[in-house]
Amino acid sequence: MKPAPFGYADPTSLDEALTLLAEDGAKVLAGGQSLLPLLSMRLASPATLVDINRIPGLDSVAVSGDGVRVGALVRHVDLLHHAEAARVQPLLARATANVAHPAIRNRGTTVGSIAHADPSGEMTSVLALTGGSVTVATPGGPQTVDWADFFVGPLETSVHGPAVVTEAFFPALPPRSGTAFEEVSRRKGDYAVCGAGVTVTLDEDSRVSSVRAAYISVGLVPEVHDLTEAVAGRTVAEADWSAAADLARTLVDPDGDLHASADYRRLLVGVLTERTLARAAEEAQTR
Amino acid sequence: MNHPTTEVTTERAITVTVNGVPRETTVPVRRLLSDALRHDLELTGTHVGCEHGVCGACTVLVDGTPVRSCLVLAVQVDGKAVTTVEGLARDDGRGGEVLHPVQEAFRECHALQCGFCTPGFLMTMAAGLEARDASTDITEEEVDEIVGGNLCRCTGYANIKKACRHAAGLMKDAAGGHA
Repeated sequence: MKPAPFGYADPTSLDEALTLLAEDGAKVLAGGQSLLPLLSMRLASPATLVDINRIPGLDSVAVSGDGVRVGALVRHVDLLHHAEAARVQPLLARATANVAHPAIRNRGTTVGSIAHADPSGEMTSVLALTGGSVTVATPGGPQTVDWADFFVGPLETSVHGPAVVTEAFFPALPPRSGTAFEEVSRRKGDYAVCGAGVTVTLDEDSRVSSVRAAYISVGLVPEVHDLTEAVAGRTVAEADWSAAADLARTLVDPDGDLHASADYRRLLVGVLTERTLARAAEEAQTR
Repeated sequence: MNHPTTEVTTERAITVTVNGVPRETTVPVRRLLSDALRHDLELTGTHVGCEHGVCGACTVLVDGTPVRSCLVLAVQVDGKAVTTVEGLARDDGRGGEVLHPVQEAFRECHALQCGFCTPGFLMTMAAGLEARDASTDITEEEVDEIVGGNLCRCTGYANIKKACRHAAGLMKDAAGGHA
């Protein structure tokens, strides 16, 4: 099908965009890789699309010791190949490699996919797992919203009224920590049946001090699960990652759908947790 | 090219360089790039399959980068350069055309049957192969990454992947890469 009729404007400043977004039924268009299918399937029919692609200053990746700031117009492909960002927070490139196919990564934006708040999106869970936040431009000035306060439900965030998410901040990976990310999907690049991102942190004696995991296509909003108790105090060689995987299976609450039953998703949570934790722990010994 | 505007419009005049030729047209703002190419510019080489970004048949290059033309509005390419499958072959300087290596490889390897998905595969593969170091041998992982976003319901993909490897070989030869 074709999108229902709408009005279109492409302002060149955030102030103009916010003015346009104050009208009823106005919606932000950035990469459009999730929004345009919704329009074509008539699952959404906004009155106006406010295209932010011509607003300057939103397309940069800023890397510091604290973490990585990603502007609203940074495409997935830019983050995928950003070596400096990957050094500070390796999950960014690892997760982005799983976002759709190259032609979609060329156009889709990382911040847009976070603002879209799809539970099968990779970057929502990465924002959660890294303890990140977003910056939201509003008529009253910019606001910083922690990831835990941002995601309300599937495709729903806590941001209402005229607003543009201008930036996502992913904190740096702490010292002596490693990460891994892996998905199971029917076809590479398709929505994950289940995905897992994990972080393992060791203490100064090289013993496991923190294990955290976030899952894709599991649950209604991104959640971070603390799996530390299953392996705390062990060395990487001693740690039984299957115990952490068992714990993870008890903590998640997946739904079944056309693609996979809830039980199969729970099984995949265990399999992916065990695999990714082993890799992340190896990496933690080298950082 | 129109200047960007804060005025909300339902129709826009746009100028797009398509396969090297500047084209002007006026489109409803809801017009998808895929439909603008086919209906307004009468370039029907770009095929529309699923119309929601899954099949890849409508893939074109915008400023040299492959994108799904069903997931871009025509107004969003105002002032940009678009390459469609009609622009893939090169002028041979003698009034004819030389096929792009991926087109040559598709013919050689019998990589199409009904041909519906072919334009999308050709554009995706051409961009994917041109972005890599042509002097190196292509790996299976690279082939899977390049073709993985496009659907074909006829071939079973074996000959499409073979064409991808063959095209990479042709491009290696052209780059003089027998290292």
